Amino acid sequence: MTDNDYEEIMQLLCDRLSSLASSEVTITSDTNIISELSIDSIKLLNLIMEIEDSFDISIPINALADVQTVHDLANLVSRIKSDQ
Amino acid sequence: MNLLEKLDAVAAARIAMLPEGIGAFGVPIEEVYSATEARIGDRRVLLLGTNNYLGLSFAPECIEAAHHALDAEGTGTTGSRMANGSYQGHRALEQEFADFYGCSAGIVFTTGYQANLGTISGLVGHGDTVLIDSDSHASIYDGCILSGAEIIRFKHNDTVDMEKRLRRLGDRTESTLIIIEGIYSMLGDQAPLAEIVNLKNKYSCTLLLDEAHSLGVLGETGQGLVEITGLQKEVDFITGTFSKSLCSIGGFCVSNHSQLDQLRYVSHPYIFTASPSPATIASARAALVLLREGKDLRKKLWQNCTQLYAYLNEAGYKLGPEPSPIIAAVLDNPKQALRIWQSLLENNIYVNLILPPAAPDGKSLIRCSVNAAHTTEQITYVGDIFSKLQDQIIEK
Repeated sequence: MTDNDYEEIMQLLCDRLSSLASSEVTITSDTNIISELSIDSIKLLNLIMEIEDSFDISIPINALADVQTVHDLANLVSRIKSDQ
Repeated sequence: MNLLEKLDAVAAARIAMLPEGIGAFGVPIEEVYSATEARIGDRRVLLLGTNNYLGLSFAPECIEAAHHALDAEGTGTTGSRMANGSYQGHRALEQEFADFYGCSAGIVFTTGYQANLGTISGLVGHGDTVLIDSDSHASIYDGCILSGAEIIRFKHNDTVDMEKRLRRLGDRTESTLIIIEGIYSMLGDQAPLAEIVNLKNKYSCTLLLDEAHSLGVLGETGQGLVEITGLQKEVDFITGTFSKSLCSIGGFCVSNHSQLDQLRYVSHPYIFTASPSPATIASARAALVLLREGKDLRKKLWQNCTQLYAYLNEAGYKLGPEPSPIIAAVLDNPKQALRIWQSLLENNIYVNLILPPAAPDGKSLIRCSVNAAHTTEQITYVGDIFSKLQDQIIEK
């Protein structure tokens, strides 16, 4: 994974998450997706489908069990992207 | 946050969404008068919030069969089939379901939820993949999670989206189980089975179809979506429940794959639970006979569905894409949905209220379940009340 890859993923996640969040929050890599952004489980699962399409990858939803922050999600996407 | 504080947070979220009036979830039903009427509080209400699609909950044949089984075999089996044995009724019902679908074998589970949990977790595991519709029932999600297989979702009923995801899986498609439903429980729409079968064959996957809401409802003999599409032989595993059209409790899986029987030895939701009671099995068996012969019931059911769908459509409600025994009015605002639900109850009509995240796309649903026992007058009354509420609440 290159820094550029990670930055591209972070940028996409921040854009999408800010449009899904129920209130105005400044999103950083440490932002907790569920507790700070109040994004419900279905919205998160739908976001995962969008990310799959953006990067042409498969993200099993089981992998989300370890995802808390935006950084966790970016790392997951990066890892899958570089594996596929 | 400690364990109990988490539940306090659940309570706070629920109260914030439903601050007033009678609780919409777990409504106390004091007396049941028939397949279409019951008492809630001091109101005699019309039941449009059940899954009693053929109206068989008081069928004399089913009640008599259950009474007889109670007298002959007692109230419960007190244990699992693996450890405590399979009663004649369990084995007979399995054969009857297999015969009904023209399959070589069937398995009965204690609930419909466990039929999906047990079948999915028995079929796939670590290293396998499940491809599921985004609107799948919780029993499908939970079965997939229990299995340990990798879970990929596709957009609801969208076969272009499904194929995109299959293509990404590469050679993993051979160990992929596609899971769909005959009729989806939120909007009442049917899966595009023919297109999905084509993809299943093209990518060498295995296909599981849950006929929970379509059993008894679709097809000449009530098999479900497989019957109206004529695709019985193309579906690898069919699951379903006894708790809707059959008015009992339990679930089943049928298949032509000889390996089905091995689920009895690997599926925890089958092994580690008490088997269905003799009375529930007996009433399900009697109801299955009525269901198979229930062409007239299905005709009346579909008349009622078409009539109510037309009323709500004309009144301006946003509905699912096609008439169905599940007719859901889709609303953007949960408060508005709650007001309509409460107003319907004040007019002696009981329906289901479904709020986000349970409803798709962040919407709220007022879900009606129509049955064959509803009279034309009852359906007309419900249509009129919905129409008045559209004017009073939504267009305000």
